[in-house]
Amino acid sequence: MTTEAKPVLDGRIPAGPMADKWELCQRELKLVAPTNKRKYDIIVVGTGLAGGSAAASLAELGYNVKAFCFQDSARRAHSIAAQGGINAAKNYQNDGDSVWRLFYDTIKGGDFRSREANVYRLAQLSANIIDQCVAQGVPFAREYGGVLANRTFGGVQVSRTFYARGQTGQQLLLGAYSALMRQVNLGKVKMFPRREMLDLVVVDGVARGIICRNLVNGQIETYAAHAVLLCTGGYGNAYYLSTNAKGCNVTAAWRAYKRGAMFANPCYTQIHPTCIPVTGEYQSKLTLMSESLRNDGRVWVPLKADDTRSPEQIPEAERDYYLERRYPSYGNMAPRDVASRAAKERCDAGFGVGSSKQAVYLDFTAAIQRDGESTVRAKYGNLFDMYQKITAEDPYKSPMRIYPAIHYTMGGLWVDYYLQSNVPGLFVLGEANFSDHGANRLGASALMQGLADGYFVVPNTVADHLATRKLTPVSTDHPEFRRCQEETTNRIKKLLSISGKRTVESFHRALGKILWEYCGMSRSAKGLEVAIQKIRGLRTEFWQDVRVLGASNNFNQDLEHAGRVADFLEFGEVLAQDALTRNESCGGHFREEYQTKDNDTLRDDQNFQHVAAWEYAGENAPAVRRTEPLEFTEVKPTQRSYK
Amino acid sequence: MSDTLNLTLKVWRQASPSAPGEFKTYKVYDISTHMSFLEMLDVLNEDLISKGEEPIAFDHDCREGICGSCSLMINGQAHGPDRTTTTCQLHMRRFRSGDMIVIEPWRARAFPVIRDLVVDRSAFDRIMTAGGYVSVNTGNAVDGNAVLVPKQNADKAFASATCIGCGACVAACKNASAMLFVSAKVSQFALLPQGQPERSQRVEAMVAKMDEEGFGGCTNTNECEAACPAGITVDNIARLNREYIRATLTAE
Repeated sequence: MTTEAKPVLDGRIPAGPMADKWELCQRELKLVAPTNKRKYDIIVVGTGLAGGSAAASLAELGYNVKAFCFQDSARRAHSIAAQGGINAAKNYQNDGDSVWRLFYDTIKGGDFRSREANVYRLAQLSANIIDQCVAQGVPFAREYGGVLANRTFGGVQVSRTFYARGQTGQQLLLGAYSALMRQVNLGKVKMFPRREMLDLVVVDGVARGIICRNLVNGQIETYAAHAVLLCTGGYGNAYYLSTNAKGCNVTAAWRAYKRGAMFANPCYTQIHPTCIPVTGEYQSKLTLMSESLRNDGRVWVPLKADDTRSPEQIPEAERDYYLERRYPSYGNMAPRDVASRAAKERCDAGFGVGSSKQAVYLDFTAAIQRDGESTVRAKYGNLFDMYQKITAEDPYKSPMRIYPAIHYTMGGLWVDYYLQSNVPGLFVLGEANFSDHGANRLGASALMQGLADGYFVVPNTVADHLATRKLTPVSTDHPEFRRCQEETTNRIKKLLSISGKRTVESFHRALGKILWEYCGMSRSAKGLEVAIQKIRGLRTEFWQDVRVLGASNNFNQDLEHAGRVADFLEFGEVLAQDALTRNESCGGHFREEYQTKDNDTLRDDQNFQHVAAWEYAGENAPAVRRTEPLEFTEVKPTQRSYK
Repeated sequence: MSDTLNLTLKVWRQASPSAPGEFKTYKVYDISTHMSFLEMLDVLNEDLISKGEEPIAFDHDCREGICGSCSLMINGQAHGPDRTTTTCQLHMRRFRSGDMIVIEPWRARAFPVIRDLVVDRSAFDRIMTAGGYVSVNTGNAVDGNAVLVPKQNADKAFASATCIGCGACVAACKNASAMLFVSAKVSQFALLPQGQPERSQRVEAMVAKMDEEGFGGCTNTNECEAACPAGITVDNIARLNREYIRATLTAE
């Protein structure tokens, strides 16, 4: 059982007309004088697009930044794997784009479950991001005249996506990383790689530091600061199989939750329509094939169920280009949630292809005939190579087989307009927060959000926190640091002492199966109740029967994984609980009980036009569900249509 | 071709940076040819844990060839036998049942072993810290289209910028030289207008740092290019040499 609690949360949205809110807000924000900035320490956890850009920008301003990542280098955060591109309302193509249209597309794409003011600011800042990245030497794709090139992404009818072949995330991240390394050289950033944040330290109600495990020598380290920024990514790996990197986890966010930060909309998970299908039990991750491929690839299944012919043998007239059929105006560029559900619907109805029958074709024959293989290669070469390496099939010759997979999580720690959580001094950026994508994120918007948060929003709003709060000096000798350090140490000891029979990996896989089955592309109240029971059972078993070998005081990857899975096992229940409580369908959250006759999402604006934020209430107490109402003044929520 | 493989693995095990290491032999059975190389190691590790033996430590993260975390000398080849392929993208269909596979960490003075197959590559970060950037603060940028970049230069700069920083070039080189890594970053910026103001000091600082970190010199054996999973070519090293000569022999 959950408790509905009052009062509602306040997003602290600035007053004024939508287009002026951010400027008016900046006018009101307090500043820290240049000579005072060096008196402040700021902790940034995670060095992806959000963390890397925030750490570099804050250091440029003069703050002392400590940046942490669990990877061996800041350059390896999973933002690096983003493929297709980054949106910006530049209207370089003269195709009718504008800040307002990017704002509108994002709100609509999110199925009217995001905060208007945040999204508007994101659209406004989008153009600055491109400029900043170009100035850093990010080699975006160019036209022959030397100007920047664009392409189209799902859910929109303009070309506003900037890209660097299929490696846009890599190039943007290396841009942020280079800015970060420059600050390391200047002595304003101290880098702490191979560190995993295991707790948040809150002193007198304000976030004042973190507890980390040094992954090389196992030491439990403490760090104090005047503000803590979590830029720790999403929780897609709760599902075990996802397009996330193996190390991606919910631990930093979950530890913050257990220290009082609220977790918003965990049930909003994005299932990406174009991933390479699962081939076996041993599978360790799923690989995305960029949405940009749908610019030139056509999605189809055979018209006849259980058709075993190879794709080449199936004539044009016997193919069902179901996205083009169902959504004539957006066609293959329907948004991700819509395209994923359509693929599932076809496969469930028996039209799937490949040996598992859990796949559809993504076919480039038409594009290759129209533009030539070399043009297609220039646009997507690395993606086609990746596909070939994994499947041993040549996508230039026969269509790719694809199926939806967990890719991104729209939910995350609750933040206000200032990107500050309900714990003062704790800011949350990028995928780790819940703020901008509502119930479904549009393609090429994650990079935009991470960089907007890090380069342009947080450097302003952190100053306001530092300037307005009277922060007493706190060192790591403070008893609260000692207490958190001890709790972390004890938890690690506990994990190592269970000496059970089952591996960490097997628990993780079992949790993933539960979540995928009951809380994946399609959910029902009955299924979610089953999921919650199963997760509880699995969690109990974990703490009785997990086997973690080795010691705490050295490099121990199994121990790292055990801590992450332990947190996923707690988090998974709140995820399912959120899905169970949201009695409507919206974006990536599809409840079977609430759908239109065309199998599209059926929202309940009367009862659910709000953010649901879960508050920790103690080890054995149910989490408390709080809400933040969403008000729409610029756009009127409608039934989304991509027909 | 059979769909499963039985293999003998000789794997480098080393408990800590200071402990002596040794090869240990393991047998794995019924390995699907569709598995990636790292999934094969996952299977072995699961088996080791159930037998009460500590799993083999190896760096990995994205498992899609882009983060640069994974490494491994596989039968003496960095990232194994396939060209422009990281270990995580190498698939077991490349091997035959009965094969013996020798798996070692990167070996270079500048990359000390942390544990088993995991090495410390922070020297690369320190080289980047010395000059691998354009000095521009957030907020200073002009419109993205204000500076035109010819497509050919943008494409070449992009090709150099795709380096994933994995260290295979160093591991493959008999001198443990980091020239390919350094040249990729120097080239990216030398080819772009944004890189021009710091062109000379960048190349001098990065090369000085590279030497200081204990990487060897380049003797043009081109093993680095053969091993590079990102397809970085030795043309970049030629450009690095030109940039270095230009910076050191010309007056500002």
